[in-house]
Amino acid sequence: MAVAELGAPLIELRAITKTYGEGQAAFQALRGVDLQIAQGEFVAVMGPSGSGKSTAMNLLGCLDTPTTGEYLFRGIHVEQLDRNQRALLRRNCLGFVFQGFNLLARTSAQENVELPLLYRGEAADVRHAQARAALDKVGLAGWEHHTPAELSGGQQQRVAIARAIVTNPLVLLADEPTGNLDSKRSHEIMELLSRLNGEQDITVIMVTHEPDMAAYARRIVHFVDGLVASDERPGATEACC
Amino acid sequence: MLLNALLLALREIRRNLMRSFLTVLGIVIGVAAVITMVTLGNGATQMVANQIASLGSNLLMVMPGQRLGPGRDSAGAPKFKSADVEAIQQQINGLKVVAPVVGSSVTLVAGTQNWSSTVNGTTNDYLIAGNWKLAAGRLFSDDEERAGKAVCIIGNTVKRELFGNQSPLGNSIRVKTFDCEVIGLLAAKGQGGMGQDQDDTALMPLRTVQRRLTGTLDIGMIMVSLKDTTDSAGVMTQLRSLLRERRKLADNVDDNFNVMDTKQIAETLSGTIGTMTALLGAVAAVSLLVGGIGIMNIMLVSVTERTREIGIRLAIGALENEVLLQFLIEAVVLSAFGGLVGVALAFVACLGLSSLMHMPFLFNPGINLTAFGFSAAIGVLFGYVPARRAAQLDPIAALRHE
Repeated sequence: MAVAELGAPLIELRAITKTYGEGQAAFQALRGVDLQIAQGEFVAVMGPSGSGKSTAMNLLGCLDTPTTGEYLFRGIHVEQLDRNQRALLRRNCLGFVFQGFNLLARTSAQENVELPLLYRGEAADVRHAQARAALDKVGLAGWEHHTPAELSGGQQQRVAIARAIVTNPLVLLADEPTGNLDSKRSHEIMELLSRLNGEQDITVIMVTHEPDMAAYARRIVHFVDGLVASDERPGATEACC
Repeated sequence: MLLNALLLALREIRRNLMRSFLTVLGIVIGVAAVITMVTLGNGATQMVANQIASLGSNLLMVMPGQRLGPGRDSAGAPKFKSADVEAIQQQINGLKVVAPVVGSSVTLVAGTQNWSSTVNGTTNDYLIAGNWKLAAGRLFSDDEERAGKAVCIIGNTVKRELFGNQSPLGNSIRVKTFDCEVIGLLAAKGQGGMGQDQDDTALMPLRTVQRRLTGTLDIGMIMVSLKDTTDSAGVMTQLRSLLRERRKLADNVDDNFNVMDTKQIAETLSGTIGTMTALLGAVAAVSLLVGGIGIMNIMLVSVTERTREIGIRLAIGALENEVLLQFLIEAVVLSAFGGLVGVALAFVACLGLSSLMHMPFLFNPGINLTAFGFSAAIGVLFGYVPARRAAQLDPIAALRHE
């Protein structure tokens, strides 16, 4: 992978559109989105349902391709990559956290966290050590051998976060990570994400519709009708004064 | 990559024991049912073939009266005499033996046991013609045959009913008004081709039966055993013309006797066996198909259920091929394991059932291979194709799948 010139943003969307369906039934979910995200940012993506925020998230996560426009990830044109190349990009540079946790059932926390390492071809002892370390980071040391059914929602989301960060990704993409959790657990998860963003220098991009949760981010991007309506940095004013 | 996929596949199988068990069970039942059915069918066919062989080959049976059937009159036809037997022996070439038979249904009594059976008056040649062997004792002596002594050789069923497990030799059986010494025991032949018990019989010298039981010099049937090289059709023609001449039948009169060829009976029964084999083949094909559909269903359901899992794997960076390889290995391992267990189960079942039904156990490699191969192929195909469909989905679509 060619590394982009110094100072270039980690992620850059240029005039991205995404259309679902064809002809009369066509629906334009994104209508020309420009967005730049730098290494180490903590971005919250907000907006009403149907505003295109989830579509944008899927594009950023290389799970989907734009209809038109350019997506540069560290200077690489993602829109030109094929399925397998995008899978490799996900494997090496991205981590995912979903609203519904999406852990493998009947599979211990340890094995769930080891899964991405397995696809990277790591040896067994490396997998075990890294998975333990990741579970330790999310505060689940001692829960390695519990299956999702034996864990609370908050704990399951922690396992999912451990699985996302076990490969030391550049970017952690979280799609409504607190959507299925109560308020107390939600704040715990947000604190964990903030800490990972601060301590590990992982870029965090998170979709949420709860202002409480968005408040943990240092930048909030609002989507309305498939366009970026506002792009705020709440902390920036304090920093300048 | 292969090692990783193998590890993932085995882990998934172990983790989902219930699902794996059901998949394997479907294949086991499919394979075992087909193999068992065909193997038992083969055994039954073999058993019937053995029974036909026990009839004795190249045997003609000459009986007075017209061929059996509706509208035929057999009552008035004259019986044969000893002279007819001698004439056949002297004038027709290519014969092994000619045995006269006079049958009589009587009640046999020994001690407190009694048993209704058929006594056949005949000569020692009867054993050769009928493919009988002596299990114990001896044949009739010339003296006994000439004088019509009260001696008998009994079949296995008669021995069992009258003497149980004891040796009958030297004991006497009461037949009507006289006592008869048992001098021999026939080796058991079992069920005949028509389902009758061939061992329910007793043999006496021809003259003994004629004098003491039937009271005439008539002969009920003549058994003509041909040499292996003799053409039975030629002998039949000669027999017919000889007997017509001896019975002084005019050219425009039907035979008042008939000649039955056991070879013909055997051929008729062989045709029946052919039909049976074809029927078994059809049943096997249908069960194989039904078993295959069962395997297909369980594979389709289990893979469709796992679309979400495939989505998760794709999202965290698994390549399409890696996911596919894992599912392929899972399907191969489960199908092959199920197939092997099915073959083993069928082997045990066939062994048990064939000994229970007194049938020969014939291991048939062809059906074992076919059933195994077909079921394994269906298992792999229907484990793989839906997985491929799922792996080609967008990860998001697969993740949303409920």
